[in-house]
Amino acid sequence: MTEAKQETIINAINAHFNHAVIKHEMLYDMFTVTLRKDAVIPAIQWLYDNEELKFRFLTTMCALHYPDQKDELGMMYQLHSLENNLRIRIKTFFPKDLAVMPTLTGLYSAANWMERQEYDFFGVDFKGHPNLKRILNVDDMVIHPMRKEFPLEDQTRKDKNDTMFGR
Amino acid sequence: MTQISTNIVDHLAEQKEYTTLNLGPTHPATHGIFQNILKMDGEIIVDAESTVGYIHRAFEKLAERRPYYQITPITDRLNYCSSPINNMGWHMTVEKLIGAKIPKKVDYMRVIVMELARIADHIVCNAVIGVDTGALTGFVYLFQQREFIYEIYEEICGARLTTNIGRIGGFDKDFSPKTWDKIKKFLKEFPLALDEFQSLLERNRIFMDRVIGCGPISAERALNYGFTGPNLRAAGVDYDVRVMTPYSSYEDFDFIIPVGTHGDTYDRFMVRHEEMRQSLRIIQQAMDKMPEGPCHADVPDFYLPEKQDVYNKMEALIYHFKIVMGETDVPVGEVYHAVEGGNGELGYYLISDGGRTPFRLHFRRPCFIYYQAYPEMIKGSMLSDAILTMSSMNVIAGELDA
Repeated sequence: MTEAKQETIINAINAHFNHAVIKHEMLYDMFTVTLRKDAVIPAIQWLYDNEELKFRFLTTMCALHYPDQKDELGMMYQLHSLENNLRIRIKTFFPKDLAVMPTLTGLYSAANWMERQEYDFFGVDFKGHPNLKRILNVDDMVIHPMRKEFPLEDQTRKDKNDTMFGR
Repeated sequence: MTQISTNIVDHLAEQKEYTTLNLGPTHPATHGIFQNILKMDGEIIVDAESTVGYIHRAFEKLAERRPYYQITPITDRLNYCSSPINNMGWHMTVEKLIGAKIPKKVDYMRVIVMELARIADHIVCNAVIGVDTGALTGFVYLFQQREFIYEIYEEICGARLTTNIGRIGGFDKDFSPKTWDKIKKFLKEFPLALDEFQSLLERNRIFMDRVIGCGPISAERALNYGFTGPNLRAAGVDYDVRVMTPYSSYEDFDFIIPVGTHGDTYDRFMVRHEEMRQSLRIIQQAMDKMPEGPCHADVPDFYLPEKQDVYNKMEALIYHFKIVMGETDVPVGEVYHAVEGGNGELGYYLISDGGRTPFRLHFRRPCFIYYQAYPEMIKGSMLSDAILTMSSMNVIAGELDA
C-alpha cells in the first residue's frame, strides 16, 4: 500500500471516528492499524462502504493474548480489497474482563465461524452473533484453551503414571 | 440434477411433517468426518446444521511450543491431499520473517512440487465427484496418476502423504536424476489420462444432468462467505493468490486462471479440471527455465549444514546443534503469508516475540471458512445433491478442524 493511501485511510478514520487510531505501521508487507475498541467495527464498515477502497473481503481474523499487557486480549482482522489488491490489518486490544466485541456477521457471512472459533479458544464474547457456541472443542469444556495461562503440558513432568502408555 | 426451487418446498408447507436425518459423522458418502443434521421434507432438504471439530488436534496451540522447523510436520496434516503446498507456505512464511533471500532455482523447484501437489489435490476432488455420481471408471484412471505423483514425492523427500518436503531456506538436497525422469514421464503420460477422464465425463449426458445446477452459489455470496480457490473461481471471480500477490516466482510463468459462471458442481469440476492442465503448463515452463545454482538459501541459522561438515568443522557442528535444539535467534515481528493451496488462500499469520517458538500462529484454512456456506448451498435441494455438493467443494477434514 502506498504511503499516500495509508495517509488517506488514517486521516479518514481519525476524522470519522474521533481520533481512533492508536498506532499505525508497516509490518513487512502489511499495513497494520491499531484502533480503539469502539471504533473497530464502524471503521471496518466504513472501509467496506468506501467506493474507492472497497475492502469487501474478510481474509481472516484471530484473537491475541499478551498476558504482560494491561489490555491483555486483542483481536486482529485482516481485510482485502480484491479490486485494488490492497490488504489491511486492523488490531484492537481490551482488558480480559471486558472481552466483548460487536459481531461482524452482519457485514461478512464468513465471520460466523471465525468468531465462533475465537470465542471457543480465547473467550472473546461477540455481541450480536447469531449462534455463539463452541465450534472445535467439546461443548462442556470450561476453559478457553488458547489463552497463555494454559500452557501445554510440561514434558518433564514426573507425577503421571506412564507404565501403560509411555510419554 | 435440476434444482428444486424453494417455492415448491413452500407450496408443500401444509404437510408440516419433517424428518430429521443425521448425516455423519462417519458416513461413507461424506469422505471424512463431517456431521450434518438435516431437516428433510421427504427427499428435499429444508434446513441443515453442520457440526465440525471431530478431528481437532489443537495445531495452533501445539505450534506455540515447537521450534520453527518442527512446525512443518504439523502443516502436513492440514490439507493432507496437498501437503507440499502447506509445507512450502510455512517455509516461505518463516523466510519472510527472517528476511532470507531465496535463489531462483529453489523457487522453481518449489513451483514444480506445489503444482504437482495441486494436481494431486484436484485429482482427488474430481475423481470423487465422478464416484459420487456413480462413475467409478474415471476414478481408477486418475488415481493411477496420483500414485505417480506420490512416487515423485517419495523420490524427493522419502514420504508420500505427510511429506515434510523441503527445509526453511530451500530443499535438503537437489532433485535426483531419477526424480527428473519421473516428472518427465508424468508430464508425458498424465495429459493422456486426463483426456480420457475428460472424455468420460465432460460431455456425458448422465453426468451433466446430475451436476449442472447442483449446489450453486452466486459470486456475491461466495465473496461474502470468504470463498477462495477453485470454488470462488467457479462462481466467476478470478481471484488467485498466485497472480494477485505472486510468491515463489510465479510471476515468471504464463498460465490462465479458469473461471466458471454459475458456481455449481459442474463449474467447480471444470475449473479444477482446467487448473490441472494449467499446472502441467507451469511445471513444463519451470523445467525448461530451471536456473543453475544452489538448492538452498544462505541461512546457516536455519538450514542444516552438510553432514560431512558437521563431523569435521566446528562451526557446522555448532549450527547443527543450535538448529536441532531450536535455539536459533528469530527476529521479532509479525508476518502474514498466503499461498494458493489446493482449496484456496492458505494463510499463515505468525507473531514472533524473538523466542524459540512462535508467540502466536494462526492458520487461515480455506476449508473452514467456506464450509460454513454448505447449509445455504444445499437448502432446497435433494439429499443426493447435498452429497455431491460436499465432494465438489473438496472439504478436507484435516484442514477444516485443524
